[in-house]
Amino acid sequence: MDNGKTFWLPEKASTFTSIVDPAFDLYLWISVFFFGLIVILITVFTFKYLRRRPDQLATAQITHNLTLELSWTIIPLIIVMALFFVGMKGFLHMRVAPSGYMQVNVKGQKWSWSFEYPAGAVNDTLVVPVNTPVKLAMTSRDVIHSFYIPAFRAKADVLPNRWNAIWFQATRTGVFPVECTQYCGTNHSYMWTAVKVVEPEVYQEWLANASDPGKGKTPEQFGALLYQKRGCNACHSIDGSKGVGPSWKGLYGRQETTNVGMVMVDEAYLKESMMVPTAKIVTGFQPVMPVFQGVLSEREIAALMAYIKSLK
Amino acid sequence: MIAHVHDNINYLKTKKGIMSWLVTVDHKRIGMMYLASILLFFITGGTFAFLFRLELWSPLKDFLTPDQYNQFFTLHGVIMVFLVVVPGIPAALGNFIVPIQIGAKDLAFPKLNLTSLYLYWIGAAVALWSIVAGHADQGWTMYAPYSLSQNPAVLWMMVAAFILGFSSILTGLNFIVTMHTMRAPGMTWYRMPLFLWAMYATGIMQIFATPVLAITLILLLMENFFGIGIFDPALGGDPLLMQHFFWFYSHPAVYIIVVPGFGITSELIAAFAKKDIFGYRFVAYSSVAIAIIGFIVWGHHMFVAGQSELADTIFSFLTFFTAVPSAIKVFNWTATLYKGSIDLKTPMLYALQFLWNFTIGGLTGIILAILSVDIHLHDTYFIVSHFHYVAMGSTMIAFIGGIHYWWPKMTGKMYNESVGKLASIIVFVGFNVTFFVQLIMGSLGSPRRYYHYWDQFQIYHQISTVGVFILAIGLFTALINLIVSLWTGATAPANPWGAKTLEWQTDSPPPLYNFTETPVVTHGPYAFETEKA
Repeated sequence: MDNGKTFWLPEKASTFTSIVDPAFDLYLWISVFFFGLIVILITVFTFKYLRRRPDQLATAQITHNLTLELSWTIIPLIIVMALFFVGMKGFLHMRVAPSGYMQVNVKGQKWSWSFEYPAGAVNDTLVVPVNTPVKLAMTSRDVIHSFYIPAFRAKADVLPNRWNAIWFQATRTGVFPVECTQYCGTNHSYMWTAVKVVEPEVYQEWLANASDPGKGKTPEQFGALLYQKRGCNACHSIDGSKGVGPSWKGLYGRQETTNVGMVMVDEAYLKESMMVPTAKIVTGFQPVMPVFQGVLSEREIAALMAYIKSLK
Repeated sequence: MIAHVHDNINYLKTKKGIMSWLVTVDHKRIGMMYLASILLFFITGGTFAFLFRLELWSPLKDFLTPDQYNQFFTLHGVIMVFLVVVPGIPAALGNFIVPIQIGAKDLAFPKLNLTSLYLYWIGAAVALWSIVAGHADQGWTMYAPYSLSQNPAVLWMMVAAFILGFSSILTGLNFIVTMHTMRAPGMTWYRMPLFLWAMYATGIMQIFATPVLAITLILLLMENFFGIGIFDPALGGDPLLMQHFFWFYSHPAVYIIVVPGFGITSELIAAFAKKDIFGYRFVAYSSVAIAIIGFIVWGHHMFVAGQSELADTIFSFLTFFTAVPSAIKVFNWTATLYKGSIDLKTPMLYALQFLWNFTIGGLTGIILAILSVDIHLHDTYFIVSHFHYVAMGSTMIAFIGGIHYWWPKMTGKMYNESVGKLASIIVFVGFNVTFFVQLIMGSLGSPRRYYHYWDQFQIYHQISTVGVFILAIGLFTALINLIVSLWTGATAPANPWGAKTLEWQTDSPPPLYNFTETPVVTHGPYAFETEKA
């Protein structure tokens, strides 16, 4: 597959390539023109006016020519001003993230990168969905580093005590290298990682897994962890003692008296109590439980149910 | 009169013995001691470059550890910047040539001149000692807070930069005062050779930019001894502030490096095309313009560092203005060749390769001012190549061309012309093979200061390393040719090139007080014979 690599520029994988690459190519041809012009003139003059006889010392009396000199003052001035505007326009676009971006926090330290996602996932490579604006808010734990993705034409220094940001929008899936470009000591040249650009569905799945602290645990073990982490333990005991809510000990399979009648505690009831806690209130308790609709994932709900079931 | 008889003896023979050199106040002897010291440091700095380019032959370890590699590029950078290219042309050739070109006996303050040489030696010793003893590897840019972790090495480095800075200030001050007060009768400002205009512009930059080093040093001392947070984020300081201070000095320093090279190139092209420099005033003013604009563009080194977008935009805008005087010079030098009588002697070959290299160095500088493109190119090999095209390909090439041009005047000996030409061609090929591929490697995304690199860049590194071998052969051929001429060279006439500036109107080598009679100037510096219209 054509990855867009040219003689001068690396493979293309972000929207910035359509800003940086045309400006680079435009300037390349301007340079080739002026360099060619100078070299040709010097070569022609040198050979045409080479001193072929030692006595051939007299030269034309030319000291200056105002029209010529003004022209090679003003023409370069116009060209560089045009280049300034081209550069500024692209640069401002590259510095200001569009609305609706997704943010990832980046931390640099000697000699590794870590990426922190809003859902709590922390990873050592950057995984992002394709065709989505991503903003990186970056800081360093020690010295200055610089975060550079050549294929994206994106770069910014990463400083301690300060947050620098870049954004980008990847245009195709793949794995692209990330390099540190600010000298940071012994292993500066080993401070590499990768950005993995994937389809949005794959990203969501990855994020769910990466955000999942229950990975590698049985549902019961994961449920026990969530019992602590989600604060269930504040109201529900596991030893049968009465708290703000009913104890979970021996809860599963029990008959409970509620404000709407007798209820058999099964999966359906447990899930309903987490999602809509006020649906059925056990007699003797207040309707104070927070709603977990949208907070707990299906996997987490299942894990909690497995945990409750295990508390005989 | 006895003094008169003494006047005719050349400066090398007036007194003998090592002490006659160490306590001399003769600008010519001081210039020669500077020249020897600077060439010695050039060889030292070059040796480190040669060694780490060998290490880069393969992506993995060849014979240096990462720490050794980092120390070597630090030594290379510090030696080449602070001990070679910044002081180089003004201290060595400027010292020798400036007073003679304006028809004076010496500089305005001869003892101050000797002081500046001793400060240079002391500063060089402190700089090298601090890096070697401190195992410092922070690069010549010394960015905080990484560099602060290497204390006291960075503190001593700043002390060294401060001492070397003083040496520079004294040289610049001496040149400016000399040019204002000691010009020979008839030597008006517009009859001054362009080398002098370049020295004047350099002097202004040396005097006004270098004191910032002292301010930085004082702030570093306050931070180090009183714990006042200035640069160190651990103390609540701002590392970006150190970059601002560093580049506020070091950007003008870039022009301190290159403007003297412009001056030499003007002299060489005029002398070997036998023609008045086309647009003398434009060339003279453009040196001064570069010196002034050079003070307000330092922020272009920090486009990805975290400056505000407004600051980045303003610095980019201002930076583009430096392109205009540079373009003017290149066009004017080219136009000078038109209808000249061109003699391709060794110095002229260096002048022509200066034009080639400086055009590349200048054009690759402009692209780095384009904000959007700089984001991609910043801190890659592209910038490494760009500044080597300027500092080595332009300044050092002009310096070497100037040494060949003035060698008969300084030593009284002619070097072997054929060997000189051959060496100059080898240097041209070697330099461009070494550095042109670095432009490609950089724009493809290879970061600078990398000990370990990806396999895909190996071919570029290997071409570059082969280039260094060629370059080294060329430089040593040139050096040996010059040194051998001291014993075997023919005696140089007063004016071997038929040039019109004043240094060629006195003996080779010149007598102690330069001229036996004060010269009277009646025409411009490049009044060559012209065809009847």
